Amino acid sequence: MELTADILLPGDGADNAVVEGDVLALTAPISFWGGVDPKTGTIIDARHPERGQNIAGRVLALPGTIGSSSASAVLLELVHAGRAPAAILMPEPDAILLLGLVVAREMGWAIPPALRVSAQDQRGLAGQQVEIEGGMIRSRTAA
Amino acid sequence: MLTLTPEQQAAAAGEHGRGSAIAMRIVAEAARLMGAPRLIPVASAHIDGALYHGDSGTLFAEALVDGGASVQVEATLNVGALDLVGCSRVRLQPHEREMAKRMMRAYEALGCSPTWTCAPYQAGHRPAVGSDVAWGESNAVVFCNSVLGARTNRYGDFLDIACAIAGVAPDYGLHRPENRRAAVVVDVSGLSPKLRASEAFWPVFGTWYGLTLGSEIGVVTGLEGLATEDRLKAMGAASASSGGVGLFHVAGVTPEAPDLATACGGADGLAQCKRIVVTGPMMRAASARLSTAEGDAVDAIAIGSPHLSADEVAELDRLLDGRRVAVPFYACTGRHVIRAIEADGSRARLERQGITFVADTCVVVTPILERTDGVLMTNSGKFAHYAPGNTGLAVQYGALADCVESAVAGRLVREERLWS
Repeated sequence: MELTADILLPGDGADNAVVEGDVLALTAPISFWGGVDPKTGTIIDARHPERGQNIAGRVLALPGTIGSSSASAVLLELVHAGRAPAAILMPEPDAILLLGLVVAREMGWAIPPALRVSAQDQRGLAGQQVEIEGGMIRSRTAA
Repeated sequence: MLTLTPEQQAAAAGEHGRGSAIAMRIVAEAARLMGAPRLIPVASAHIDGALYHGDSGTLFAEALVDGGASVQVEATLNVGALDLVGCSRVRLQPHEREMAKRMMRAYEALGCSPTWTCAPYQAGHRPAVGSDVAWGESNAVVFCNSVLGARTNRYGDFLDIACAIAGVAPDYGLHRPENRRAAVVVDVSGLSPKLRASEAFWPVFGTWYGLTLGSEIGVVTGLEGLATEDRLKAMGAASASSGGVGLFHVAGVTPEAPDLATACGGADGLAQCKRIVVTGPMMRAASARLSTAEGDAVDAIAIGSPHLSADEVAELDRLLDGRRVAVPFYACTGRHVIRAIEADGSRARLERQGITFVADTCVVVTPILERTDGVLMTNSGKFAHYAPGNTGLAVQYGALADCVESAVAGRLVREERLWS
């Protein structure tokens, strides 16, 4: 599987830098504040279906975000702690969450890329090992 | 497609220093992400970014200070993680305490007013109707838009301070008049007058409203003559906790809703509105949802989310009527109210009766409660929403009078007939 996505925020490194990771596709929207442990990247929202999974180093596919205006602070803290996702896929840009990456970039910290991927395409990628090059997402899992 | 003025481009390139450049680039990047065509001047800001979530936020604030930045407009500060007034004891570890303190000091060094309250609109920060502002903290946002009639989006951490330093904000969403019109008419006139006139109704109605409308804009009819500022504050805070509410209208009460049609952008807009008739069972279900505990145990009481006004402290004083509380009772408020109740003697009197005031912060954002299990009683829809996840305590919801009677009795005492 291969798809081309809009780049919401480019990651660090050269334009042809490749990001690799396995896709953690959340099945429900999440609030980062109160939903993700900023020190470890573990999903702690007791009511979330993916509770207990860890987002660090994964290609995190978000069907949507909800809630707190402090989501950006949690994402910034994850970047600073080296526990950020390898990439973030979301159907629409979210000014609150992605601000965490914008601020991290201003601080000179390495940030993961954020790409626009529909919820339907996210489901198709669930569990796959992928590589992301610019806006190109390629599955490396054998069909 | 975003277009920056030459002045904005120069600021982003560092003409006014490194801190100002960081702020302008953050505002411009947020505008680009949200598809805003331009940046518009803002008259004021309310900053929610000074609550400690980890060291990175402190380092960012200090980078702005080191870069020579300062706010260009009036900027009040939301709660921090420490009670700098010293009314209550915050149980943070030494490293976290130090970093939280450095963060609060950095925001003060940027020129923000040390208001440290989630109710800045009751601490003298009241922008004019129709003015554009950049406010954070969900309850302050909804109050600012709905009750004051100033215009703000829901600004998240970092963007609020960046807008205050840059003096501009992305032009989209609730800054634009066409996006402020109601699309839903919410009719509560069928609920009993006694219920609508009770204090306990407003947080419950707000909870239902947020769950039902989400980020859709509604106009409520049936509250004329009943809405006080503290009631609208309680309703808005609850609605912004349970849903993504940034603006509501109340016909005959709030500034953009002199009547139903005006709130909807005219007769045609009103005709196209969805209509929801609110019933007693809907309110009973929302009320039941706020309480997560069973039985009659109450281990602590917390009120003041949003922060108590001086009127609300006076009501607590009246209801307690000289009696002592039997369980820990936390009353969260701002230093603007602490000054007033010190002057009139009620702080010392209430503290002798067992009340613990909490200033500059509150019990769901920083560790203050003595225990991490048991049952917390509150009259706040917002505390009821966040307390189970943030503190570990289960919740009983009740009116302020119920909270006071329960605190004196040391077990749950609640007027249940209101909802029948």
